[in-house]
Amino acid sequence: MSHKIVVGYDGSDSSKAALAFATDLAKAQGGSIVVAHVLDWSPYSFLTPTELEERHKRRNEELERAEAAILTPAVEGLKVSGLEIETALKYGGIAATLGNIAKDSGADQIVIGRNGEPGLTSRVFGSVAISLAQGAPVPVTIVP
Amino acid sequence: MKNLYKPAALAAIALLVASAPAMAQSLDQTINEGFANATGWFVNFIFSPFPGTTFPWIVMWLVIAATIFTVYFGFIQFRAFPHSIALVKGDYSDPNDAGEVSHFQALATALSGTVGLGNIAGVAVAVGIGGPGATFWMILAGLMGMASKFTECTLGVKYRNEYEDGTVSGGPMYYMTKGFSERGLPAGKFMAILFSVFCILGALGGGNMFQANQAHAQITNVVGDYPGWITGIVFAGIVFAVIVGGLKSIASVTEKVVPFMGVLYVLTALVILIMNADMIGWALGEIFVGAFTGAGVAGGMVGALIQGFKRAAFSNEAGVGSAAIAHSAVKTKEPITEGFVSLLEPFIDTVVICTMTALVIIITGQLVSDPNTGLYLLDEGASTIQTVDGNKGVALTSAAFSSAIPFFKYILAVAVILFAFSTMISWSYYGLKAWTFLFGEGQAKELAFKVIFCIFVVIGASASLGPVIDFSDAAIFAMAVVNIVALYFLMPIVKGELDSYLSRLKSGEIKKFQ
Repeated sequence: MSHKIVVGYDGSDSSKAALAFATDLAKAQGGSIVVAHVLDWSPYSFLTPTELEERHKRRNEELERAEAAILTPAVEGLKVSGLEIETALKYGGIAATLGNIAKDSGADQIVIGRNGEPGLTSRVFGSVAISLAQGAPVPVTIVP
Repeated sequence: MKNLYKPAALAAIALLVASAPAMAQSLDQTINEGFANATGWFVNFIFSPFPGTTFPWIVMWLVIAATIFTVYFGFIQFRAFPHSIALVKGDYSDPNDAGEVSHFQALATALSGTVGLGNIAGVAVAVGIGGPGATFWMILAGLMGMASKFTECTLGVKYRNEYEDGTVSGGPMYYMTKGFSERGLPAGKFMAILFSVFCILGALGGGNMFQANQAHAQITNVVGDYPGWITGIVFAGIVFAVIVGGLKSIASVTEKVVPFMGVLYVLTALVILIMNADMIGWALGEIFVGAFTGAGVAGGMVGALIQGFKRAAFSNEAGVGSAAIAHSAVKTKEPITEGFVSLLEPFIDTVVICTMTALVIIITGQLVSDPNTGLYLLDEGASTIQTVDGNKGVALTSAAFSSAIPFFKYILAVAVILFAFSTMISWSYYGLKAWTFLFGEGQAKELAFKVIFCIFVVIGASASLGPVIDFSDAAIFAMAVVNIVALYFLMPIVKGELDSYLSRLKSGEIKKFQ
């Protein structure tokens, strides 16, 4: 059985620690890595008419920025490991979306860091760790 | 030497301070008269009676349209109600579209443009002139208006413009031009231009002056009387900061607080109704009896009906075309889904919120009736019903709520200001869309409209309620004249979308994601 590990990654130090931990684990077990970044989003938030008009445009910009600033550097850094790397970039509630990414990619565990950076799009961790521990479809490892 | 001048200077300042209110009052008066004179002809035309009757043709126009859409789409507002709610909940939304505008967001934004003073002040005007019976006609108009909203918002999404940079623009201007040329009909462009002109007037009237006017009325009601232009300048300054200065924080805070205020308003109304539970039966009786007899109000049953329909249309804007602008940014492959979602708007706005206001005014006994005959007593001018403290408009609603919960007038004042503000922001956007449709996009052109918009905030706060409400109604109804003509020509397209969607929903081709 090949092991696939989803890593919640937002570029913060703790998420880097999580990624390093997962990389070692994958090397030891002969598995692969899914570097996952979730942009915090609720479909039940309130926006102004101008925000509605520009939403599609902003979404594209946000996705491009996350890809360029967060996921690409992470994947570049992992190249030396020789592991098989995938990425996932999604909008949604962070814990639930990480769980869905694990389910959809057929991963058998999730690794996250304990303290993420505060901020709108990088709030990947914090209480996310607790929600994930409670609701994740696969085992979760929290790296301090 | 210096000391000699001191008393004289002080006296001069004192004189100036003392005369300021008088000067200010006359400034308000000048603005008021000038405004009434300038707009009178337009108002008279829109509200002229149908030949041989006392019934304004415009009200008949809206009623007939809502009835035709209701029948043509087979009472869609009732059939599709559960499906509409499922759509808003996101049951049919593709998770891969997360991050795009959801049905909920489009509805919430459109609602914050319509839920406003129409629900608080407008209803008080309706009940104050048409009596409790106006409520019945208002609810009926709200229910029928759901079909009008369904039609226009489906078209708004179907014919929106999607630009290369990812932004979208939609609204009646676009379905008039694109829809008409698709069907090979003439005059689409002409109608779009006419609609845009009225939309700009509507944005300045109901979407601006009426809001500023009633916000000022509400503030003076709490802190005491002072000249309207002061409120006007403060409001204009904040609106300017948001729409010109791009101060998004104010707009987004308002956008988040307004729904909360709306819920608080309805809950408070419910508490007052529960406190007076024994009166609810009586109030409903007044509404039904008044609807068909008039119970002594000016114009009798027809008077009640006209007021009910007028204020419903003004509040939920069904058939006016404004909602088609707001709803068109949603992410969906099926334009009809936004039609379904939008039909909830008149329901929430009119059937729920407006009815709450009317019931609270009736139940707290604000309207004075003759104890012997049960008929309502009229003011000296014989056009409005006497109220306990002589209040009208938003002050009447405030008095009704405060009579049950005294401190609520402060909460209401805050709610009114926020509602007024969010409605202004929405309408500045609608007006701007119409403006750029006419004159093209460009910073200088857009700035010109925004500055005009802010000037009208000051005029609206300074003028008195009568001329402002007349002009606001007239401008908004003028939009409906053009828009509904377009809807008649384009409704077969909506019908085609509806039939196709419903058959695919039934066959299971359109599936739930959750």
